[in-house]
Amino acid sequence: MTGYIFRRILQAIPVFLGTTFLIYFMVFAMPGDPIVALFGDKTPNPAVVAQLRAQYHLDQPFIVQYFIYLGGIFRGDFGLSFSGEPVTAILARTFPVTARLAILALLFETFFGILVGLISGLRKGKLFDASSLAVSLILISLPIFVIAFVAQYVFGVWLGWARTTVSSGAPLQDLILPALVLASVSFAQIMRLTRASVIETSGLDFVRTAYSKGLSSRRVIPVHILRNSLIPVVTYLATDFGVLLVGATITEGIFNVPGVGNTLYQAIIRGEGPTVVSFVTVMVLIYLVVNILVDLFYGLLDPRIRYVK
Amino acid sequence: MNITRLGVTAITLAAVGALALSGCAGGASAPASTPNPGAIISTNGSEPQNPLIPTATTETGGGKIVNSIFAGLVYYDAEGAAVNDVAAAITTDDNTTYTIKIKPGLSFSDGQVLTSNSFVDAWQYGALLSNAQLGSSFFSDIAGYSVEQDSPLTGLTVVDDTTFTVALTAPLADFPQRLGYAAFYPLPASAFADMAAFGESPIGNGPYMLDGPKAWKHNEKIDLVVNPAYDGGRKPKNGGLSITFYANQGAAYSDLLANNLDVLDSIPDSAYGTYESDLGDRVVNQPAAILQAVTIPARLPHFSGEEGALRRRALSMAINREEITKIIFSGTRTPASDFTSPVLDGWSDTLRGADVLEFDAKAARKLWARADAISPWTGSFQIAYNADGGHQGWVDAASNSIKNTLGIDASGAPTPTFAQARTAIADRSIQTAFRSGWQADYPSLYNFLQPSYATRAGSNDGEYSNPEFDSLLARGSAEGDLAAANSDFQKAQEILLQDLPAIPLWYANVTGGVGLDVHGVVFGWDSVPLFTEITKG
Repeated sequence: MTGYIFRRILQAIPVFLGTTFLIYFMVFAMPGDPIVALFGDKTPNPAVVAQLRAQYHLDQPFIVQYFIYLGGIFRGDFGLSFSGEPVTAILARTFPVTARLAILALLFETFFGILVGLISGLRKGKLFDASSLAVSLILISLPIFVIAFVAQYVFGVWLGWARTTVSSGAPLQDLILPALVLASVSFAQIMRLTRASVIETSGLDFVRTAYSKGLSSRRVIPVHILRNSLIPVVTYLATDFGVLLVGATITEGIFNVPGVGNTLYQAIIRGEGPTVVSFVTVMVLIYLVVNILVDLFYGLLDPRIRYVK
Repeated sequence: MNITRLGVTAITLAAVGALALSGCAGGASAPASTPNPGAIISTNGSEPQNPLIPTATTETGGGKIVNSIFAGLVYYDAEGAAVNDVAAAITTDDNTTYTIKIKPGLSFSDGQVLTSNSFVDAWQYGALLSNAQLGSSFFSDIAGYSVEQDSPLTGLTVVDDTTFTVALTAPLADFPQRLGYAAFYPLPASAFADMAAFGESPIGNGPYMLDGPKAWKHNEKIDLVVNPAYDGGRKPKNGGLSITFYANQGAAYSDLLANNLDVLDSIPDSAYGTYESDLGDRVVNQPAAILQAVTIPARLPHFSGEEGALRRRALSMAINREEITKIIFSGTRTPASDFTSPVLDGWSDTLRGADVLEFDAKAARKLWARADAISPWTGSFQIAYNADGGHQGWVDAASNSIKNTLGIDASGAPTPTFAQARTAIADRSIQTAFRSGWQADYPSLYNFLQPSYATRAGSNDGEYSNPEFDSLLARGSAEGDLAAANSDFQKAQEILLQDLPAIPLWYANVTGGVGLDVHGVVFGWDSVPLFTEITKG
């Protein structure tokens, strides 16, 4: 087991180096000069431009810039944003906000998705099943910004139940509405996955055996059916958690959440190399860790997939 | 039946909105109750792109904050006129050497004394090349300024604690009008010890100050409270400002509707269709000091000499400004009738030759045919724009207007980002006409004309050059009084109307919204609300 984890971490190192290099290259190759854009519609003074370029190492060849940046990372220095703030401070500020939002969304979608999916699967073809399938179809086919705008208007402006945008510090109660919006699409997916999986498992021999042994459905449903139906759901949840953690640009923009997606989007628009690359680097790390955890978690759910040496 | 009634309601709402627009530009109906002097006004903003150092701040996100926490020698009132703030008197005999006396006994919000050195040292810092301040070019008219090497502003001399003199390299009648711009703000002595720390938590002398050293919450908001040390013409009628940074203007608009926001300084495009019915008399719609135009460099084929002049005039008359501003912009733009802005002192819509800015399909076709007689038209006419700025709508409409009128192929040429578009324009690699916008730094006709059209001027991206125009600008700058200067500038504009180095399209309006119970919202000449005048409650 330890050997397996160790191997996975070793594998992560080239992935990490490769992705940062690629991202750095892409930001570098982005057309347009970010320093010129800082001056707006005015034509900048070339000497000031040269000065600023030197300050952000933009006057160096690409490969030199990359190694300056990489060297900085190992000293814990991720560079400065154009407003003079260390990128580490930006990371430390935005990731907790996005993490809170992601965990909240994950809780919503897991709870409601599995619950509704289980009931639907057990009552296949009944009214509840048909209507929840219809609702999930609607949620899947609606673009997220439509759901976000409608939710914001109905609950924020019209009914006044929630704040239209997230206030400073991103308190938990302000994050509920954006988290529900974020959870809506995944809820539909999880609900459908669970339903299909439950239907499949219910027809298997061991379930029949369990019932014929005289076990009550109160025992069979959670232990025999649900547990064995959860593998595809867990895979989905894990990937989804990764997606949620790296920020939901559209939803964060609509609700003005000061999180990763929103900040990254603005950094891309401004061509702030250090900010963009650092954010993406941390995202890559999160993906790697989440993936390792998922692989380990399978073993807990299904003893048939255990990692022996 | 229901549909009809709905229609009537919509028309009524639109009419009410229109009345609000024309009748109540300030949105400032008489306060129903006594306003609360301690109320904090919340407004929208954007994360400053640079540290909060006045000479480093050239964009609106930071500008809004810097202008609130600093006071310059002068400030601009609602009409755009310069009024003495820190200055007691600004005098000159020859428009070249100015003597500036400041009010005695003033201090910064932390108690540091404000003297002539606060100004002189700040300007020296801002102008010094190696400090790489984005606003350094504002000092280019002061003796000693250099863009090639570090060179002190020799034109600045401290006479005593409340007096200093400024020697310019050439006469400039409008120099005092410039002094309200951020680059000319003073800095306390403590700033120079650690400018990076100062930019994060600046100490100013303006109507507001930061609410504690950690008031700037990056990407979230900044809280400002009244600065008790300020005693000038901008004394706040409220208790402070809370500026929330929005990455998305739509979110700010939703907050205004839900009454989480007191003042919104621009209605997002997505709400153009509904804002009048959403807000009713809470809409503020005023002209702003922003001109939008299409620049056609003379180096493009077919656009130089006599042929070029004819084609420029034809294109200008082929664009139906009236219709585009009404349909694409829902009245949030006003068709242009000159190269400046109606909010300025000296603006006129009756310049000789201004008819070239009116839609006239027949005249346009005639002019185009005359140009074709000189050299037949080839290729297509393209207008370059950045796709990240919401310009596609009007560029397509203007291109279609040209296409339908002149029967030539015309289209927009988008580049993905603003940075990319500006780079191509700045290094002159762009091979088409391009969108250009000009927002004045200080309220003066000169500031619209000189930077964009004077020979080799900083923002003359079309490389226009006309000695007659240059000499009229120089003459205006040397005039003793503003009216005489403005009349020279208007004559200079009439030359531009002949040559059309850029085709003026429309003036942007500032279209904002006001929350319930919020009063006294008036936008300044720079499209930013005069925050100190706003009351709530």
